[in-house]
This record gives sequence, structure tokens and C-alpha cells, in this order.
Amino acid sequence: MSRLGHAALAVALLAASSLRAAPPPTSEVNTTGLAVTDTTVTVGQLHSATGTMAISETGSIQAEQLAIDQINAAGGVLGRQIKVIKEDGASDWPTFAEKAKKLLVSDKVGTVFGCWTSASRKAVLPVFEKENGMLYYPTFYEGLEQSKNVIYTGQEATQQILAGIDWIAKEKKAKTFYLVGSDYIWPRTSMKIARKHIENVLKGTVVGEEFYALGSTSFGSLINKIKLKKPDVIYAAVVGGSNVSFYKQLAAAGINGTKQTLLTISVTEDEVLGIGGENLAGFYSAMKYFQSLDNPNNKEFVAAFKAKYGAASVIGDVTQAGYLGPWLWKAAVEKAGSFDIDKIVAASPDLELKTAPEGYVKLHPNHHLWSKLRIGQWQKNGQAKVLYESELLEPNPFPKGYQ
Amino acid sequence: MFSEYTTEELQNIFMMQGFSGLSLFSVLLLMGLGLALIFGQMGVINMAHGEFMALGAYTVYFCSTLTEQYAPAFGPYYFICAIGIAFLVCALVGALVEFLMIRHLYHRPLDTLLATWGLSLIMQQTYRSLFGAREVTPTLPEWLMGSFNLKEGLDIPINGVFVLCLALLVTFVMILFMYKSKFGLRLRATVQNRKMSSAVGINTGKVDRVAFSLGCGIAGIAGAAFTTIGSTGPDSGSRYIVDAFLVVVFGGAANMLGCVASAFGIAQAQSILEFFLEGTKGKVATLLVIVVALMLRPQGLFPSKVRGH
Amino acid sequence: MAFFRTLFKTRGEAVSFACFALLILVILPLALPVFRLNLVGKYLSYGFVGIGLVLLWGRCGILSLGQGVFFGLGGYCMAMFLKLEASDPVTTAIQSTPGIPDFMDWNQLTALPKFWEPFHSFPFTVLAIFVVPGLVAFLIGWAMFRRRVGGVYFAIITQAIALILSLGIDGNQGYTGGRNGITDLRTLMGWDIRSEHAQQVLYFICVLLLLGSALFAKYIINTRFGRVLMAVRDQEERVRFSGYDVAMIRTFTFTVAAMLAGLGGALFVLQVGFMSPSLIGIVPSIELVIFAAVGGRLSVVGAMVGCLLVNFSKSAFSEAYPDLWLYLMGGTFIAVVMFFPDGLAGLFTKWGTIKNRAAALLARFRPASATTPNASQPAK
Repeated sequence: MSRLGHAALAVALLAASSLRAAPPPTSEVNTTGLAVTDTTVTVGQLHSATGTMAISETGSIQAEQLAIDQINAAGGVLGRQIKVIKEDGASDWPTFAEKAKKLLVSDKVGTVFGCWTSASRKAVLPVFEKENGMLYYPTFYEGLEQSKNVIYTGQEATQQILAGIDWIAKEKKAKTFYLVGSDYIWPRTSMKIARKHIENVLKGTVVGEEFYALGSTSFGSLINKIKLKKPDVIYAAVVGGSNVSFYKQLAAAGINGTKQTLLTISVTEDEVLGIGGENLAGFYSAMKYFQSLDNPNNKEFVAAFKAKYGAASVIGDVTQAGYLGPWLWKAAVEKAGSFDIDKIVAASPDLELKTAPEGYVKLHPNHHLWSKLRIGQWQKNGQAKVLYESELLEPNPFPKGYQ
Repeated sequence: MFSEYTTEELQNIFMMQGFSGLSLFSVLLLMGLGLALIFGQMGVINMAHGEFMALGAYTVYFCSTLTEQYAPAFGPYYFICAIGIAFLVCALVGALVEFLMIRHLYHRPLDTLLATWGLSLIMQQTYRSLFGAREVTPTLPEWLMGSFNLKEGLDIPINGVFVLCLALLVTFVMILFMYKSKFGLRLRATVQNRKMSSAVGINTGKVDRVAFSLGCGIAGIAGAAFTTIGSTGPDSGSRYIVDAFLVVVFGGAANMLGCVASAFGIAQAQSILEFFLEGTKGKVATLLVIVVALMLRPQGLFPSKVRGH
Repeated sequence: MAFFRTLFKTRGEAVSFACFALLILVILPLALPVFRLNLVGKYLSYGFVGIGLVLLWGRCGILSLGQGVFFGLGGYCMAMFLKLEASDPVTTAIQSTPGIPDFMDWNQLTALPKFWEPFHSFPFTVLAIFVVPGLVAFLIGWAMFRRRVGGVYFAIITQAIALILSLGIDGNQGYTGGRNGITDLRTLMGWDIRSEHAQQVLYFICVLLLLGSALFAKYIINTRFGRVLMAVRDQEERVRFSGYDVAMIRTFTFTVAAMLAGLGGALFVLQVGFMSPSLIGIVPSIELVIFAAVGGRLSVVGAMVGCLLVNFSKSAFSEAYPDLWLYLMGGTFIAVVMFFPDGLAGLFTKWGTIKNRAAALLARFRPASATTPNASQPAK
């Protein structure tokens, strides 16, 4: 364990032991009837354990559980152990809304960690706003949203897109781009922002923009069009099962990292597991986190994750963002000295987290995180080599000039 | 849209586009063949057909993991064996399903739909428990990767060629089997007139079981072949099922050659529409064409001329 | 009295209907907190589709795997009205074009598309909830039944239509909300539909409409037309030779079922507060059929009970055993199809026969078990 880790742990233990000596009375820290007792606090976890999205959400479920276990081992939050109620959204949006309501209305949980797709977040958002709950949402997403009741621990679109395109345009002298995505709001919004940036700021050209239905497995025609247009960069946001077919077919058509520059915003270590490192080698991903990040926080996190879930497990961007959720919530609760939602919201702006595996993060008053963008180049072994790291980027969910 | 390109570029693109149509054709054909037997010949609406494909794919994945662990030297060749094993595993499971479930439902075709839907849920959850919720992909031998670079700018993917050959081989064997073997004769007799076949001494129960498990086995081969172009997850099966049914229905359910023709037609239509339209729109346009065609010609491209269905 | 006879042929039918009405009108509202009651309301909105399927599938022998299409069309009509109301220029002031739904703004639309305009009007919306699904069903039905497409073909073509519609909605994000659907619906003509009081009122509206639809379906079933329906199911050729227009009869039934589904969709949106293509595609369409099958495809009350029961157990089991519920679900479907083809309702009506059969089986088993030891004696 690193010296920093030791220090952090010591501080945590010290804080925990002082708190354990005299946890504040429940009547003081919980004035809104949440499920908080003198020794426990109940939180909810709402992801898809079944259905098409289970593939993606497993990592977040695991990371959130790991963070909660670590917090409990260090003495809990305000002297209270965290109890988790797990609900399965089953990849079905009405079910997400139903379970969110159950967690908030029947179980009266202190906060909820969950959701993955935009659609599931959109489905539960009115519920959280009406019942005044708290949601920590881990996925990088399209932006265009800001809610009192949601903390977005992933990046919004401009944070993930602009710096990445700037880098690739400079590094590869790229002028022409081919945009490819799955057909739903995140890729469409991302491509909209990318196109504006390419055309207005970089003065480049977009030679093609296409969206394929989620779950599509045949990309032959698309690949031929790409070959015809010969873009400098393929900019891709294909997700889920389609991802694997897309890259396998690209590789089979002779489009690989040595011949073609490809930058994607939808491939993390999780996806590489399915796609296979050999099909991706040489392509680039723009993410805020890679498992291979070289810093003491991350080494500790990766070791703890592997100890709990097996040495073969991998950690992607969203998994790390999921891990931040419980820690950010704990920090907010401790700063507020209360579990009440309104007080947590009031305590959240400018909250800092120095122990994050991605490095330092800070919560912006708009409930998104200040974070860095990294460009990683995929290697055959399924890990990324980090080539570039941006400054700390301000989150801007409603970017002017990109709408 | 083509004015800015040279003739040679266009030639290359059209050749590759033609091949990508062929590649889609082989995928659809493999999906449809097993179902043509089960649904087209036997009238069983097997909604778990996609899950049998997934079973084949998982078998390959399992073989790949075993090979890597115990016999790495066997790596380059395991894939061929794995396809055979996938066929056997799926055929066995198919026979079991037929014995426990399907044979009680032959006289209620619409009910087979519901029961097999239930079966598909169970199979999906089983995959999830055994292999995890994440998509997996077997390590493919080197010789399947990459492409034949015929000349500059003209690449033909090797896995596409492989799947195409496999699809044609399976079709050929199946047609031989159906129209030249004793069993095929019995099967066709049973389909046409069950009572009469039984009366002349055909063991129709056995014919049904073999046909069903054969159909499932072919689904297994299809699933195994698809590992070269896509990944496998617990619910990848459900991605294929509608396409598979449309191929069979469009071809005229009871006709093997119809199935080949319809797979070819749908694949070319989709491939061309996707080239000229944008992604999703191409797919929607293809489906619309098929549905309208089916409304105008409900018995499919090649209706069966047999009476007494 | 004669009218009552037309609705309920036997006393059993009347009693089961009354029991079900009592359950959903009195017992559940008293026993459940509003949150759970709202869930029941959501399940009951699937009941409209169930009733339609009893007419279409149970009575007329046509299995449609595309009922989600009509449920969705009705739901989208309602959602469009509510979304327009939620997107007044004041609340959407942050957008580049205030006054249009948020998702249109995200997709760079600067004006409301023409086909959205009429949905400013509530009477038009109510009309559309019935007319749009009805018209689509009529066109599909007329095209197919006239060419005598039936059975399995009809099922698969309707399934393809469900796929087309859900892909179409996905692909036209600016006009339809895409995969996210139409979300964040708040008020119905100024009335906050998210409050507890509103949800209770909506529940009772849903229940009353459902019971009304059930009576309507029972009326159809028990009149002469209902008997013709069954005749079409069992002996299509003979009905045709007797001079009936079989295609028209089927088209009519399909249209009625679609309109019921549309009404269900609209009530679903009011109670759940959003609509998305995930409720339209292949899986939900099959699930709707399965609810009806579990309850009993021949019985109107059975189909409604099926919707309640399957959804209740889905909720309960997925809360308690998230990993096991798919096994249970799948197992139930197989069991229902194999052992109770007429669903729970069939089980109910056949209770007498089952008792007799069980007695017969026991009678056969008893002497057998008594003789087994004797049979093994000589071997010794």
C-alpha cells in the first residue's frame, strides 16, 4: 500500500473511531423520515441484473458494492453501517420507474446508486424529482440535463468529445471524419456536438454520419462506404452487442490500427473483453479513466477490485465512475452532518474527492464532475496505453454553440 | 454520389458490396435452415431457436477456453471440431426438449410458440448463471482472421468466406438428406400425411424427434459460425429470431429452396438499402418490403404445392 | 334481465365477474398503499389488451403478436398530448426553441412537426386513442384476412410489424423521442397526474373503464356474433360457405381488439407518466399474449386476472430473487401451455373434471400399490 493510501486510511480510521465513539443521534441527522436508524442507513441500488443491459451494468453494480463495503469497513457514514437494497431494473424502463418509486416511497432509502442508459435515467428522473430522492448516476452521457436530485459521476458529452477530437486532429493532422453510432440519444447528441466542433472550430469535414439500430450485427455496407470515403478518422459510438460485430467486421475487412485512425467514445475495458484486444489494437478511446492509469489511488482500487471479483475481472470507465458514487455521497453526508436530501444537495457543490482512482475530482454546482480526459491506445492484451491527458475540464451540460 | 470516384474504386466497392450481401446471405441462410426444418416442415414455432444458436456459440466458447488451458497446440484446428461439437450438443438438447415438451404439442402449433418462449427465458437465464451476463467471444484461430487482399483496395474477409462455404455446405447436405435419403422420404411423408405415414409403418414419433433435433443441431452450427462475426451474450439469441422467421416465412415455409432464395433476396435488399440509405432506415425499409410482399403474396415466394396441410 | 343473461350465461360467470370487480374496486384500494395501487393500475391497463386477445385469439382463433403496436399507438397519442402540455414556453425557457418538447430541441428541430399540432386538443386526442390503432388494425387486417392469411403467418407478420414500429420510433428521434420515449409527463389539463390523489382517481377511472370493456366483450361473445366468431375459429370453411364474410368478421374483431389495446395504452401513460418504444416491440407484445394465456384465453375475467397475477409475481419475485425469476417465469409458461391450455380460468371451470379424474387416478393407484408387495412375493 502506498504512503498516500496509508495516510488516507489512517485519516478515515481516525474519523471513524471518533465518530464511533459518539454517532450523532438519529433525530438530528434524519429529519425527513428516511430509513436511518442509530446503527444503520439504508441505500438503494438500481441496475439491470437481467436483460440486454446486464452486460454493461454488472461492472457498476460490483464497483458500487466494493465502495460500500470499504466504507462500512472503515466505520460507515456518520457512525452508521450502510445496508443495500438491490433492485433489478431488468433492462426495462417502466420497471426502472417502478423500482425507483418503490425504493423511495416504500423503503425510504437515503440515496440510490444506479441506472446506466439514458432511457432508464429519463424514466426515473421524474420520480426522483417528485419524491425528492437522490440518484448517483455513473455513465458518461449526452448532457442536456441538470437536476437537483441527480449527481452525474460520469462525463457529460463535451468533456468527453471536444478534447479528444482536438487531440486526434492535431496528432494525426485529420481533416475528414466519418461518424458512426448506435441509434439513440447519446450517440446522436454526441455526434451532433462532434460535427459542430469539427466543422466550426477545426474547419474539417464530416464525410458521413450513420446510426445503426441497437443490436445490429451486420456492418458490411457501412464498412464499404467507409472504404469508399477514406476518412482520416472514424469516430465511433457504437454500443452493446453491435460493438463486437462492428470491430470484428472492421478487422476482417482489413481496417485495423496500422492502416486507419479510429477514435471511439464507447469502448472501455469491459467492451474489449467481448471484442477481443486483437481486433482493436491500435485504435483509440477517449475516456476519463483507464484501468492502466498509473497512480497510487488507482493501483489500490484495481487491487481491491481484483481481490473481490477475481484476477480476471476488468475495470472500465463507468465502473470507476460507479465506484465514486458512494464515496461522493459519504463526503456530502459528512459535510452536511445529515442524511436529509436537501442538506446533502446544499453540501454537494465544490465537494472534492482526492482518493478517486481517476485522480482528483471536484463536484461542480451543476452536479457534474470536473474531470480530465484521457486518450488511450488499445493493446493486444486488452489494456490501453494512455497517450494523452487533458487539463481538469469543466462540465458544461448545456454547451453554447453546440446545440 | 459516385461522380467523384474513379471507375476502379467503384468497381472495388461494388465487388465488396456484393460480397457483403453474400455474407449476410450466408448468415440469414444458416439462421433460416434449421428453422425451415422445425417450423417449415414440422409446424413448430420454435421461439427458442435463437437460444439454440446461442448454445452453439457458447459451446465454441467453452471449447476455446478448454483448448487454451489444456491443449494450446491444438489452437489452430479446434474451431472445426468445435463446430461439430456444437452441432452434437444442440441436437442432444433438442432431442431432450422434443421428448419432454414439443411432442405433446404437435397438434397445437400456436401453443408451441408460448411454451418455447418460456423455454427461451429459461435457457437465457441458464447462460447468465453459467457464463455471466457479459458478452463473450472465443479466441479464433489465426487463419480465420484478416482478409484476402486481392488487389489494392479490394479486401474480401476470410471469416465471411468461411461462413459462406459453411452455409452452402450445410444447405447442400440438408437438401441431399431431405430429397435423397430414406429418412428424408419418411419425413416428407409424415409432414404431408401423418396418419397415412403411420399406417404404412413409419415411426412418426421417431421421425419427429430426429427432425427436431437435426433442426436444433443446425442452429448450433449457425451459432458456432456467428462467433466469427459477432459476440455471444445470454440474449444474443433474441437478436436473430425475427430475421430467422422472416426468412422462412418469406421463402414459403415448407420449401428448402425457397428458404435459400428468400435469404438471398432479403440479404441483397438489406445490403443495398443500407448502402444507399442510412443504417436504421435501411433495416426498416427492408422489413417493410418483406411485410408488404407477404401481404400481397401470403404464402411466400415459393408456396408449397402440397395439399392436405 | 334478458340483457343480464346476454352478459352472463351461467351463474358462475356472474359470480366470478362480481368477485373480480369487488377485488379491484374495493379490496385492493382498501388494502394497498397508493404506490402499490398505482402498480395494480398499471397491470390493469394491460388487462385491456387481454380482453382484446380473448376476443381475437380465444374466440376468433387469430393470434396476434403485435398487440404492443396498438397499445403503443394509443399510449403515444396520450403521451403526445401530455408532452405538449408539459412543454409550455415558460418551463422550457432554457431551450433554443422554447415551447416545443425537450427532445425535439435536442434534435435541432425548431418548430413543432405538423402531425403533432392536433394533439393540442384533448377531444382530438381522445378520439385518436381509438381511431389511430383502430385504423391501423383495420388496414392490416383487411389486407391480410382478405387473402386468407391466418394462423402462424399472421402471428409472424404482426411480430414483424411490431419490430418495424419500434425501429421506426427509434430511428426518428426528433419526432418521436426515440429510444428514451416521451418522458416527464406532468399534468392533464392543469391537473397534476403525479400526486397521490390523482393516482387514486386514475386508478378508479382505469378500473371502471376496464370493467366496462369486459362487459362489452362479454356482450359480444354471448350474442349471435360471438357464436359466429367461434364458428370462424373452428370451421372457417363452413362459415364461408354459409355466406358470411369471414374476412370482414376477422377484420372487425382485430379492429376492436386494437382499439381496446389503444385505450389500455392511454391509461398506462396516464398512470406511469411516460411512453417508450420498449413497450411496443417484440418482447412486450409476446408478454401481453402470455398474460392472457396464463389467465385463460377463453375467459374475459381470466385474462384480466392473468395480467394481474403474472405482473404481481414478476414484481414480487424480481424483488425477492432477481436471479431466479426468469426460471420461474419460463417454467410457468411451459406448465400453463402443457397442462392448462385454457389457463387458470380453464382450471377453474374444469375443477369438477379434475376432481373426478384425480379420484379415478387414486382409485387406480390404490389397488396397484396394494398389489405391489404381492407381486414381488413370488420373486422371493
